[in-house]
Amino acid sequence: MAGNEQIRSGRLSKAEVDENFADLHPPLTRSEALIEADRCYFCFDAPCTTACPTGIDIPGFIQKIRSDNLRGSAHTILRENVMGGMCARVCPTEILCEEACVRNTHEEKPVEIGLLQRHATDPVIENNDQLFQRASASGKKVAVVGGGPAGLSCAHRLAVLGHDVVVFNRNSKPGGLNEYGIAAYKTIDNFAQTEVDYILSIGGIELRNNSALGEGFELAELCDDYDAVFLGVGLALSNDLGIDGEDLDGVVNAIEYIAELRQTDDKTTLPVGRDVVVIGGGMTAIDVAVQSKRLGAEQVHMVYRRGPEQMGASVFEQALAQTSGVTIHHWASPERMLGDGHVTGVEFAINDSDDGMRLDADVVFKAIGQKMDGGLDSLDIEAGRLVVDIDQKTSMDGVWAGGDCVVGGDDLTVSAVQHGKIAAISIDRYLRDS
Amino acid sequence: MADLKTEFLGIFSPNPFWLASAPPTDKAYNVNRAFEAGWGGVVWKTLGEDPPIVNVSGPRYSTIQSNDRRVIGFNNIELITDRPLQINLDEIRQIKKDWPDRAVVASVMLPMNEASWAKYLPIIEDTGVDGFELNFGCPHGMSERGMGAAVGQVPEYIQMATEWAKAAASVPVIVKLTPNVASVVPPAKAAQDGGADAVSLINTINSIMRVNYDTLTMYPTTDGMGTHGGYCGEAVKPIALNMVAEIARTRETGSLPISGIGGITDWRDAVDFLALGASNVQVCTAAMVYGFKIIDDLVDGLSAFLDDKQLTFNELVGKAVPSVTDWQHLNLNYIEKAVIDQDLCIKCGRCHVVCEDTSHQAITNRLDGERHFEVIDEECVGCNLCVSVCPVDSCISMQHLTAGSDPRTGNAITDEKLTWTAHPNNPMRKSD
Repeated sequence: MAGNEQIRSGRLSKAEVDENFADLHPPLTRSEALIEADRCYFCFDAPCTTACPTGIDIPGFIQKIRSDNLRGSAHTILRENVMGGMCARVCPTEILCEEACVRNTHEEKPVEIGLLQRHATDPVIENNDQLFQRASASGKKVAVVGGGPAGLSCAHRLAVLGHDVVVFNRNSKPGGLNEYGIAAYKTIDNFAQTEVDYILSIGGIELRNNSALGEGFELAELCDDYDAVFLGVGLALSNDLGIDGEDLDGVVNAIEYIAELRQTDDKTTLPVGRDVVVIGGGMTAIDVAVQSKRLGAEQVHMVYRRGPEQMGASVFEQALAQTSGVTIHHWASPERMLGDGHVTGVEFAINDSDDGMRLDADVVFKAIGQKMDGGLDSLDIEAGRLVVDIDQKTSMDGVWAGGDCVVGGDDLTVSAVQHGKIAAISIDRYLRDS
Repeated sequence: MADLKTEFLGIFSPNPFWLASAPPTDKAYNVNRAFEAGWGGVVWKTLGEDPPIVNVSGPRYSTIQSNDRRVIGFNNIELITDRPLQINLDEIRQIKKDWPDRAVVASVMLPMNEASWAKYLPIIEDTGVDGFELNFGCPHGMSERGMGAAVGQVPEYIQMATEWAKAAASVPVIVKLTPNVASVVPPAKAAQDGGADAVSLINTINSIMRVNYDTLTMYPTTDGMGTHGGYCGEAVKPIALNMVAEIARTRETGSLPISGIGGITDWRDAVDFLALGASNVQVCTAAMVYGFKIIDDLVDGLSAFLDDKQLTFNELVGKAVPSVTDWQHLNLNYIEKAVIDQDLCIKCGRCHVVCEDTSHQAITNRLDGERHFEVIDEECVGCNLCVSVCPVDSCISMQHLTAGSDPRTGNAITDEKLTWTAHPNNPMRKSD
């Protein structure tokens, strides 16, 4: 991304960057957790549980926090969502469990479910306190393609159910977007790897890093060599804008920059533009915009082609961007990138008008969604994603799929975990019947 | 603002709130602070014979708390004053001189022999105290030595000691009763028969708070061993109210003045005691939990309440007593049904699940696939459980059926009163 004098590292001091990338939602103390837990009404058929994609018994785990039974509380969470620790950090709770909380009706302030979930799960995961026991060995072996939330969730549940699993992970580290994608201030202190270590510690899961489908092995081979296959390959490629100037230097895929940011040991060494333009309206767009600002970019503009209601990013995320100093523009579509060799700006059309808008830029981040890598043409695909049934089964016998790569995926960690869990339960049934 | 200046047994105080005989009234330092804060009177911490008793130098108190550590119940194993009698007497004399408008009553606990009472009461009275309160209530420690609750549990002892006290004292004598009895009426009657000018109640209730989950010993302990204490605080108020009302509504004891004690924390608690027959109140635990400043709310709240209800203090006293009766006199023809205000309902479903699991399956949970909680009149017995668990104030109310028939039983609604005493199902019914 270098090659322009405005793009440089060290825009802020190490102390400033450390402060900017500290825990977005610091954990609750024991006292805070007890007081907050007391706010839970222990609802019948709790709306928060219904709103949780993984169906965690939320009043149940909160009740156990109240009674100082933190280990039991963690088990209530993790048995439905083995990534309950990460989800406590990254779930858009304001549109899930906390939106459904009846306290909103009573006092417009939901129970802090996310923070309570973190309070319950952190000690178990940090101390690697094993809460699960594997069923007796089935003698079956399952291939899981993808080391992200869907794949790891599927692998863990399969291991608990007594099957052996091999996880093929395209990156050098497991965790998928938890490791490479999510904003750094949401998951500090290497939590993604700590959580993966916890998941793998159940046993029976062999992790093979640097193993991408199509690079040395194909789906057909997996089907021959394993009793079942789960595909949690995610969406590895970024969408293009398809406009002039997209190949200029300084025009970058947001997910690649975020991955670099997540993997660096010293964020002050990262190249940061002065005038940054982000194109897109989802979580990734917010993440790259906010992180650019927190790394010291002077101007960060986020431009989305539709309105705030249509944004993939939640209201909370939009507010986070704005309070972090990001300017959000709606109803504007990029027409072309300007510049000679290196990008210098972007021209936008203002929707439903003849007006235009021009923003200076030395870095432009594309965050308009990702698409699936090839190699799965033998399966039914709709709009670029794999078609699955309610058990996450694909069109091919013996092959399941879940996470962002399937139709209906909503690009949330919590949904991917649920897909992996459902698939594992279905695979278990399939293996025991066969 | 309504005048709260009160007279109890001829003892005047600027308000009806006295600090009960307990640690807050152990010495002049505390009592001065209490009077500066505005308390109407004190019952000095119980005096005994010299040499003074010895208290443990370890945990004397423990509590039951909510998760945000609000104190709900309180336990203590402290005994009576552990200071030499003369020090207490000197301080009482000075306090009475410094605060002539406040009530100062001396609590006393003496062995069951007349000579002790004859010896000590005149000495104490000489300090200028306005009255005596005989401690026949403390359930721990002193009761093992034949005093406190050991006296209060035997009406004959109460009467005997009260007679000795009356013979030795010229100021009013209040008998403080223990709740650790099957019925509080016989002890109250015994006090009255012994000549008591009033009773005060309740003292604390025998209690063990919990175990220590690490050591699996009782909690708290003194050097590894524990003993039961006396339970008090907000949690005991209903027990105290019942006992006050029992004395107030019983014909033989109904005219005996009562000083109400037990969990009074805010002015509404005081209203409870006063309306159920007490004519002044004593407070301890709330002060030990929050400090003396709570007197501001007690005085201000009670005064505003009296203004609002256009009652004088004396008109409030005993106001609710006629509404207390025996179960057998309740009207079995009277029908209420719960009604849920759908505009206030936050749809937590607590009413549904408790009714479904533990009562009468009388609240829905769905309407057209949506969460919806509504009372099924055909099943509702009017038990008030839903009202009791609803987290929203006034969302569920009880509505009296005045016409038609009860959808549950099909019986016609009638104004005619039917009590168990006359009910056809009662084999012992009294014929009209």
